[in-house]
Amino acid sequence: MEKPALISGNEAVAYGALAAGVRFFAGYPITPSSEIAETLSELLPRMGGKFVQMEDELASMGAIVGASLAGVNSMTATSGPGFSLMQENIGFAFMTEVPCVIVNVQRGGPSTGLPTKPSQGDVMQTRWGTHGGCNTIALCPWSVRETFDLTIDCVNLANRYRLPVVLLLDEVIAHMREKVVLPSFGGVKKVQRKKPTCLPQEYLPYEITEDDIPPMADFGEGYRYHVTGLTHDPTGFPTSNAKEIDQLVRRLYGKIERYRDEITRIEEEYLADAQILVFAYGSVSRSAISAVKEARARGIKAGLLRPVSIWPFPDKHISRLADQLKAIIVAEMNLGQMIGEVRRASCERVKILGVTRVDGELITPDEILTAIQEVS
Amino acid sequence: MGRLLKYLRLDKFPTVWCAGCGVGIVMGCIIRVVDKLKVNPDKVVIVSGIGCSGRMPGYLDFNTLHTTHGRALVFATGLKLAKPSLEIIVVMGDGDALAIGGNHLIHAARRNVNLTSIIINNWIYGMTGGQYSPATPRGAFATTAPYGNLEPPFEVPELVRGSGASYVARGTVYHTRQLDRLIERGMRKEGFGLVEVLSPCPVGFGRRNQMKSAIAMMRWQKDRAVSLKRASKMNEEELKDKIITGVLFEREAPEYTQEYERLMSRVKTRKEIGKREIQTGLGEIHEE
Repeated sequence: MEKPALISGNEAVAYGALAAGVRFFAGYPITPSSEIAETLSELLPRMGGKFVQMEDELASMGAIVGASLAGVNSMTATSGPGFSLMQENIGFAFMTEVPCVIVNVQRGGPSTGLPTKPSQGDVMQTRWGTHGGCNTIALCPWSVRETFDLTIDCVNLANRYRLPVVLLLDEVIAHMREKVVLPSFGGVKKVQRKKPTCLPQEYLPYEITEDDIPPMADFGEGYRYHVTGLTHDPTGFPTSNAKEIDQLVRRLYGKIERYRDEITRIEEEYLADAQILVFAYGSVSRSAISAVKEARARGIKAGLLRPVSIWPFPDKHISRLADQLKAIIVAEMNLGQMIGEVRRASCERVKILGVTRVDGELITPDEILTAIQEVS
Repeated sequence: MGRLLKYLRLDKFPTVWCAGCGVGIVMGCIIRVVDKLKVNPDKVVIVSGIGCSGRMPGYLDFNTLHTTHGRALVFATGLKLAKPSLEIIVVMGDGDALAIGGNHLIHAARRNVNLTSIIINNWIYGMTGGQYSPATPRGAFATTAPYGNLEPPFEVPELVRGSGASYVARGTVYHTRQLDRLIERGMRKEGFGLVEVLSPCPVGFGRRNQMKSAIAMMRWQKDRAVSLKRASKMNEEELKDKIITGVLFEREAPEYTQEYERLMSRVKTRKEIGKREIQTGLGEIHEE
């Protein structure tokens, strides 16, 4: 039965994870994400799942990859400093195509920064953080209910495309409480991993398949195979053959590009006739929609574009809109990370203005409205 | 012997290891023990980190996982918790387990997850060309210790014992029969078990330290290693410069995955449904 509940964004992550079938969580305490671990430490064992508090974030990330190889949907949650430490094994998960979900509740930075205040300073780290250059899927919610939904989507995307997926929150979304009506968990759509159907001796764990996503066997079910972070051939063993390396790295990178339209999601408000676009994500988009409505009330044709998938970046949407618009305002709690992507995707065919804050305070509707008036 | 070949991925041979390396000898011990204990190969997982030892899983026909440097134990912890039916053996090097992975080593021992871990200690970073490790003896020469190593090495069994392991042993690749027994006992033991194996690296270590040949390094092991039983009859003077081998420590302690299973059955059978469950519909899942 669906009942209303008053929960925080962090709790919504925990419930979303359980609804999506996450049954393994490894984490390390860090503000402002700790409530995710706390909630799951209480609920996972009651649902037949495992929770473990590891010695650091390097360990948390390694443990979820291990658990996922055993066939269990796995997750960790952290904040900026811990996300930095996880980069090594996020790269490993990407290279070895092990599905898992990393929740990063962004706080002020750089370094230890501002643990209890919001930021959006990890957007580029999410995309480029691990060495060697990989590709990323990251979703970014703006409400508690959407946090629940996107957590489920992250688990499903990880299983569908066999890769680590990032849920990017900021401290406001994580700690804000909203009334939500959650669906019955039993009815939540769960994407299962593509499993091998061949005989174990014929199994190629990194087979080049028509859809670019090799079937994944669990450890312990008879398909004895090798997993390595080294460049590997379709059999999973290390290779230094240039052709095989090229095939592997291009496929890993390309599988996100190939399904880009399927993965990319935006939400728009008042865009049909908009001349001024506000581009905002996470908690900032809440201020942005207020500013857009206020601008409309004053006769300015403003609209909002909110990337739900922050990676892959909604290039096509921006590119399509660029000629219709007079200006784009990018509001974000950093000194300009997404604005570079907006410039790139629009080829700077339109005037672009940034509204930024890095002092741990939210960007207010007034600040965005002022920018709208300035360019109108 | 022929019986053991089925555990090897012979198409991946020859190995990357240099002549005189001890890693292959440890690999032989592992497959002999798996065979003796009749463990289903489908359930065996070999996890490694980075370095010469890290390449071992690739040659073994089990579920094999070659992870990042120093992190083998954390991947193994996740695997074991997620699927306790797996028989997991973790193979690490000294730089791998003691330097970059030192934190994971002490915490895996403390948590006491049922894993059998092996540190193949060759006193050097072999794969990167002979730099000193946290196991290199003081005064020994290495490519990054051209004037002799200033740092004292870890006493590995003491470190792991003090961290809470259930089983700690030390052997050498020269004494392979003993090493078989030590690994076997580690696998039989519930809880975190560690076997430190002294293993020669004639190329990375021996060449710079008056043991140019593999034979010289093996002879060193033969001369220096003393079993715990024999050591108990020797005085301090006689034990100087000796390395004590055998089962050095063993205890009965709560094993993590079993404790967790107990916790799960304890909280699952709770009659009342918590507030969170009512709010979120978790209760319905319990009903399923």
